[in-house]
Amino acid sequence: MGSDDAAIGAIRRRAKGTELTVAQTSPVLGDLEANLEGHLEGVAQARDGGAELVVFPELSLTGYRLKDTVPELALSTRDDALAPLKEASREISIVFGMVEEAGDHRFFNSAVYLEEGSVLAVHRKVYLPTYGMFDEQRYFARGNRLAAFNTKYGRTALLVCEDMLHTTALTVVAMDGASTVIVPSASPASDVTGPGDVDANGRHWESYNRVMARNLGLHIVYANRCGVEDGITFWGGSEIVGPGGETLAKAAYYEEDTIAAVLAEPAVRRRRIQSPVLRDEDLDLDINELARIRGRVVAERERAAAIKDRAREERGKGGPRTRVKPERGERRRRRVEPGLAVVPAKDED
Amino acid sequence: MAEVSQESAPAPFPATNYALVERLLVDFIRREVTKVGLERVVVGLSGGVDSSVSASLAARSLGAGKVTGIMMPYHTSSDSSLADAKRVAENIGITTETVEITAQIDAYFEAFKEAGKLRRGNKMARERMTILYDFSAEREALVLGTSNKTELLLGYGTLYGDMASAINPLGDLYKTQVWGLAAHLGLPDAVVTKAPSADLWSGQTDEAELGFGYREVDELLYRMVDERATADELVEDGFKPDFVRRIGQMVQGSQFKRRLPVIAKLSTRTIDMDFRYARDWGR
Repeated sequence: MGSDDAAIGAIRRRAKGTELTVAQTSPVLGDLEANLEGHLEGVAQARDGGAELVVFPELSLTGYRLKDTVPELALSTRDDALAPLKEASREISIVFGMVEEAGDHRFFNSAVYLEEGSVLAVHRKVYLPTYGMFDEQRYFARGNRLAAFNTKYGRTALLVCEDMLHTTALTVVAMDGASTVIVPSASPASDVTGPGDVDANGRHWESYNRVMARNLGLHIVYANRCGVEDGITFWGGSEIVGPGGETLAKAAYYEEDTIAAVLAEPAVRRRRIQSPVLRDEDLDLDINELARIRGRVVAERERAAAIKDRAREERGKGGPRTRVKPERGERRRRRVEPGLAVVPAKDED
Repeated sequence: MAEVSQESAPAPFPATNYALVERLLVDFIRREVTKVGLERVVVGLSGGVDSSVSASLAARSLGAGKVTGIMMPYHTSSDSSLADAKRVAENIGITTETVEITAQIDAYFEAFKEAGKLRRGNKMARERMTILYDFSAEREALVLGTSNKTELLLGYGTLYGDMASAINPLGDLYKTQVWGLAAHLGLPDAVVTKAPSADLWSGQTDEAELGFGYREVDELLYRMVDERATADELVEDGFKPDFVRRIGQMVQGSQFKRRLPVIAKLSTRTIDMDFRYARDWGR
């Protein structure tokens, strides 16, 4: 999309705002056909209700607890099965979730943005939770890109569920110019202590969405699923949060629902005048400091590897299995890998 | 629970939001039952708090008319248990069936007169399981589970007996929380406050048999399991070292009861190892 189109989009948004709908659904686990039909119904309803953009939850086309069905349900974004959805996107833009198969047969947990009959953007989930009840990295490959893109309704970014919880990911897409961040999600209910109508995990997301929307001055469109899979309840509670942290629309907890709101660029402008956090963000400082931290982490990793190597050598010589002390400046050349783990410095403040 | 000492409560048990628990479990039962194309459940009613809470949740979820409570007394079962089960069924408006298990149990043990209490108790629990599954086929219903998190963690239940079910709404609630939920649901006081018992033989109570109270062990289990407290931390909390060790061993020793039978791996796709699908696959 050219910059002229983007400019036109921005003008249109400024004039009347974007009518947006979130369809809080409960997909049938592993049934593409049923879910595709559900999407087409949801799209038609949103369109008839006057929406210009409709957003579905994470993996809305397949369900969440997929396990070994991941390759069985995977589609290329060019697959004919998606043709009806693409066709529908001539009348209303659509964000949905799917298992995306890449040309090299890696599988991604992807969110797809359809506009004017074709795929405008694909975001491959970067942070695949693999802890506690989650096992995503066992089945999915990890995305490696965080970027905003121009839509006819303004500059937008997609972050899938756990991506959003990484404040760095959100900051990156905000610095890339997104004034709307769309977050398809499959967040489970967990921890039933505490007051109110929603579990502690839901409360965490709600406060986080508000703080981040207000802090950065952008719209957050959080589309969470509902329903139950293998005893896991998804808490629903989708929401559209304005740039002042205000709730523009809020869906029911734990059940199917549809919400709608108008996203207006002037609200973003107002908030950014009031609190120019993004304007003042120092990219050079960020990059330099992150590079410094990465250097330290890589050095520590190399040091540990060298110690291990030397210990192995000593054992090979029939030496004792004692702890090998590193020599000063000991390091080994290693390739820097993506997904570098950052550990806190021991001796830095 | 007059029998349970409340003074040994070194760690605070978290405040459970019972209204939220009710909402989640009612929704869980409805969705998991209708997903498989059914609309009914059967549940064994003992007159105790666990089965009463399960039945009550199912009635709220599916409608009382879709829930059958089945009472399956043996001749040594206490009369008050049966009376309590009937009172609960009336209270929540579900239909009941009574199936005596005395004849078949006695016929079996006629051949094994030497069998002790444990074998007899387990046999009764499994007999009841077969009746529940038979009724589930007859009524086109799922068998609703009643095992709570305390029992499951301690292994205090009969494998393929009372531990068997299609769906279990109570498996992530400690006994203490089941009591709280029972009160929230407005179940009869007698059911909420009486001493828990498997009622496998006359005068049996869980707490006498186990040698500790549910509240005490729930506080320990919550810290040990949910909060991953170490043994040292638990002792610092005020739990006795012997108690901490014993409960740890019970949890570890009963792991087999919480898993499917072990399959010897031979192929490249062995069930539950590298053949992994959700139970709700396609639903």
